[in-house]
Amino acid sequence: MVRFDDVWLKYRQETQAEDAAAPDVLRDITFEIPDGGFRWLTGRSGAGKTSLLKLMTLTEHPTRGRIDILGTHAARISRRDAAMLRRRIGVVYQDFRLLHHLSAYDNVALPMRLARRNEAQIHADVAEILRWVGLAGRLEAKPHELSGGEQQRIAIARAVVGRPKLLVADEPTGNLDDEQAQRLMMLITALNRLGTTVVVATHNLGLVSRYPAPRLDMEDGRLIRHG
Amino acid sequence: MANRRVDYLGLRSALADRLLPVLVAAMSFLAALAVAGTLASAALAAHWQGDTQASLTVQVPDPDGQAATGSTTRLAAVLGALQGMPGIANPQLMSADEVNRLLAPWLGSDVAQLALPVPAVVTADWAGPGSPDGLAASLQKISPGTLVASGASWAARVAALTTSLQACAAAVLCIVALVAGAVVSVATRSGLAQRREAIEIIHGLGALDADIADRFAARATFLAAAGSGVGALVALPVLFWLADLAAPFAGPAPGAAMPGLPPALWIALPALPVIAAVIGWGTAQLTVRGWLRSLA
Repeated sequence: MVRFDDVWLKYRQETQAEDAAAPDVLRDITFEIPDGGFRWLTGRSGAGKTSLLKLMTLTEHPTRGRIDILGTHAARISRRDAAMLRRRIGVVYQDFRLLHHLSAYDNVALPMRLARRNEAQIHADVAEILRWVGLAGRLEAKPHELSGGEQQRIAIARAVVGRPKLLVADEPTGNLDDEQAQRLMMLITALNRLGTTVVVATHNLGLVSRYPAPRLDMEDGRLIRHG
Repeated sequence: MANRRVDYLGLRSALADRLLPVLVAAMSFLAALAVAGTLASAALAAHWQGDTQASLTVQVPDPDGQAATGSTTRLAAVLGALQGMPGIANPQLMSADEVNRLLAPWLGSDVAQLALPVPAVVTADWAGPGSPDGLAASLQKISPGTLVASGASWAARVAALTTSLQACAAAVLCIVALVAGAVVSVATRSGLAQRREAIEIIHGLGALDADIADRFAARATFLAAAGSGVGALVALPVLFWLADLAAPFAGPAPGAAMPGLPPALWIALPALPVIAAVIGWGTAQLTVRGWLRSLA
């Protein structure tokens, strides 16, 4: 379960004076997504979608309010427990955020290695997911040797390889052609059917209409529609 | 992290792998000299103290004059008294040639022709308990004007000098350790700045602070130990050269092919890379963990 209760967010500034003057990027956000739920997160650029996802992935702390991620009160956990919780969250970033000195294989294997899975298991799972995203032949390629679409598929493979309990994706189909976008959505819906809670931020309303699901619609830092 | 082969953070290129070892090597070189200085001063002090602490020098002015007691000369009376005193061993009259040689730096080589009233000098070893303070008073009664110089006062000065040298060397070692720590800290911060994005990514994927800090610490440990090892090796020829210079004062082992370094130095030199490694590891851990606090 993911629950936001009266959540506000203001990005920290260098000085207290700047902090006081900084605008709230999220205001009064309240919603709940049950375990295994699927939500589209929609809204214009600058509406606050990425900030909301940062809170959901524990990379920012709210200024006010309470956030529960997978049943855990996010503000009340130690740094170690926060790291453990992050391992249960798969994230697809808008800018991919791949490690450029690592191969495609090592990028995808990274979450499993951080979770100290054994190498045989890692090899089997990484090979399978890379085959699924159509990159079985590019295991040793570095990100700069791959196209934008291929990099995005690597980022998606990395997010789902550990079978996360919560999958958060920011514009995951932005660099994909229609066929690849369809394959990605099949993968995400398959994970969702297996019990993964999914939140996908997108501008692509065509995609939203093809895969009907409740929406979190944002505007100017507020949630204007839930459901 | 489970797989140690993969350089997740790209630290081989990020953590200054030339500058850090070179600076640590320089620190290690200085530390080797400081340690050697400490050990050498202690060894020289022990050598000098051993020679001088137990020695006595008795100066008898007008040695052929009549002693205050008895009918012998002043010199004979003093020698007789010394031979009979408990705690005095091996009293020996220094020959005129030896006395002239000692005075030559001040009075020239032809002292004997100056017709100066040169006192007779008797050397002896003090083997008794306590200090020979009462000796001068006893000899004064037999031969007024007789002076007794004890090596103990020189030994105390040598001991004070040694202690001061050792304190200076300890201060140098502390400063070297602090500078080495600062160098590792700066290099680690530079690595953190260069790899900020990669760190944020693996932090977001669930890396523990320890996972990231251990990576930096392992790299810093390796570079510091390697640099320190090189610094200690470079210091060796210099230490042999200094040992060669100090050999006449320290009394080298007869027949030795080359002047040896104190055994303690052979333990201290290999310890330098270990100490540098500990400084590298600890500093990197503290620096990285502190920096990671800025991440959520």
